[in-house]
Amino acid sequence: MATYSTSEFKSGLKVIIDSEPCSMIEVEKVKPGKGQAFDRVKLRNLVNGRVWERTYKSGESIEVADVMELEMEYLYEDGEFWHFMKTDDSFEQVAADVNAIADAKIWLKEQDKYTMVLWNEAPISVTAPNFVELEVTDTDPGLKGDTAQGGTKPATLSSGAVVKVPLFVNIGDVLRVDTRNSEYQNRVTK
Amino acid sequence: MVDWRPSASLQNLQQRAQVLAKIRRFFSERDVLEVETPLLASSTVADVYIESISAEVVDGNSSRQNFLQTSPEYFMKRLLASGSGSIYQIAKAFRQEEKTARHNIEFTLLEWYRLSYSLDQLMTELEHLVQDVLDCGPIPRFSYREIFQQHLQIDPHEITLEELQQLVSTEIDLHGSGLSKTDYLQLLLSNSIEPKLPPFCIIYDYPSEQAALATLEADAKGVVVAKRFELFGRGMELANGYFELSDAAEQRARFEADNVARKGKGLQTHDVDEKLIAALESGLPSCSGVAMGVDRLLMLLVEAKTISEVISFDSERV
Repeated sequence: MATYSTSEFKSGLKVIIDSEPCSMIEVEKVKPGKGQAFDRVKLRNLVNGRVWERTYKSGESIEVADVMELEMEYLYEDGEFWHFMKTDDSFEQVAADVNAIADAKIWLKEQDKYTMVLWNEAPISVTAPNFVELEVTDTDPGLKGDTAQGGTKPATLSSGAVVKVPLFVNIGDVLRVDTRNSEYQNRVTK
Repeated sequence: MVDWRPSASLQNLQQRAQVLAKIRRFFSERDVLEVETPLLASSTVADVYIESISAEVVDGNSSRQNFLQTSPEYFMKRLLASGSGSIYQIAKAFRQEEKTARHNIEFTLLEWYRLSYSLDQLMTELEHLVQDVLDCGPIPRFSYREIFQQHLQIDPHEITLEELQQLVSTEIDLHGSGLSKTDYLQLLLSNSIEPKLPPFCIIYDYPSEQAALATLEADAKGVVVAKRFELFGRGMELANGYFELSDAAEQRARFEADNVARKGKGLQTHDVDEKLIAALESGLPSCSGVAMGVDRLLMLLVEAKTISEVISFDSERV
């Protein structure tokens, strides 16, 4: 079993904690002038996204997680799995289940690129890019000329996401959306 | 491309020069003698958590292991025992440790000793110096007991190891076994108390297990505490002061206890510094002493996030 000792800790390191793969976000040494040193680590559980802090007595070790981050192109969904293809020209396909696709499900567009995390070669999470461009498939009719006033309405996008948009947006418009907070950014000229 | 440039800006180096000048003026006005003592010596501290950097000194066909000093304390005590009177030193110190935002292998200490000063008097003098340099207000003082009672509702002197383990597990997601009461208290202090401390404060009357080179004395409650204090500035340890231990036998015993602990951890043991012991035997005048991290003081002055910003060339550039 490969391990990292506390002196090797740094952000980005992938480790196994409580049988689940986690990524180190921040590492801070806690060193009283005359006393035992500790390492305070902010961790993200790569399966469920939970972020928390754990403190290690310096000298302790943690198991290395065989975790890879790959760029993947989204292909299609078959009702049970979401199929992606590696972008390294290998044409190799990987299928993500509902747990792995999780929040990314509502941001999928064929041929767009997503970040997939594989643990022991099995996908555990899919992350959409920070910004995606998607077409509006349903919303109330746009109010002509109302391009400046405030006020929003819901709009359903081709991927299934529902976002708040300005009143002037119409069905068929392509919108740029921030996937981290579902916020409308702007209308993309076609 | 080779990065040959300093880690500190010229402005910070100018501030550094001004602070050093202020420190010298401060002590000159108070008739404290500036001294210099060796950085390279045949002995070093045995403290379990301080690692010295070893240096090989070649003498003809033989060589001997010397150490870069981790603090000028032992030499300064030998000066005190020889009748120097109150002294101060701005010295480089070296510790083998990981570089962090507030640690550099080579750093600058201001260490001073005041004859016949109580720990209270020394705290006041330290407060004046810090106010002089940082232009800050009065620095509140709390006993170690007070600070734990206030923030964690425990008496750090009375609490048992089991109770501490229980408390730590509710405060911190901790991994590591074989921790002592001192380890837990220090972890709680840095994790759960330091973030809530005022910008500047002094904590005094430490548990006797954390005495290092401080004398022990019963406090108002009859609990034996170490006559030691620490100054914290924005969550950083800035200075560490003692009412100095002058008992040679006790000093030797602490040295030996440290070596036993070092052996237990698989670390190199260090011979008892016989010259220091002999100096104590000849008589160390009653005094209080304190060491302050000059680089950290500067970090606070220029609001630096890392120690590298106030050191001309940090250990990654040498």
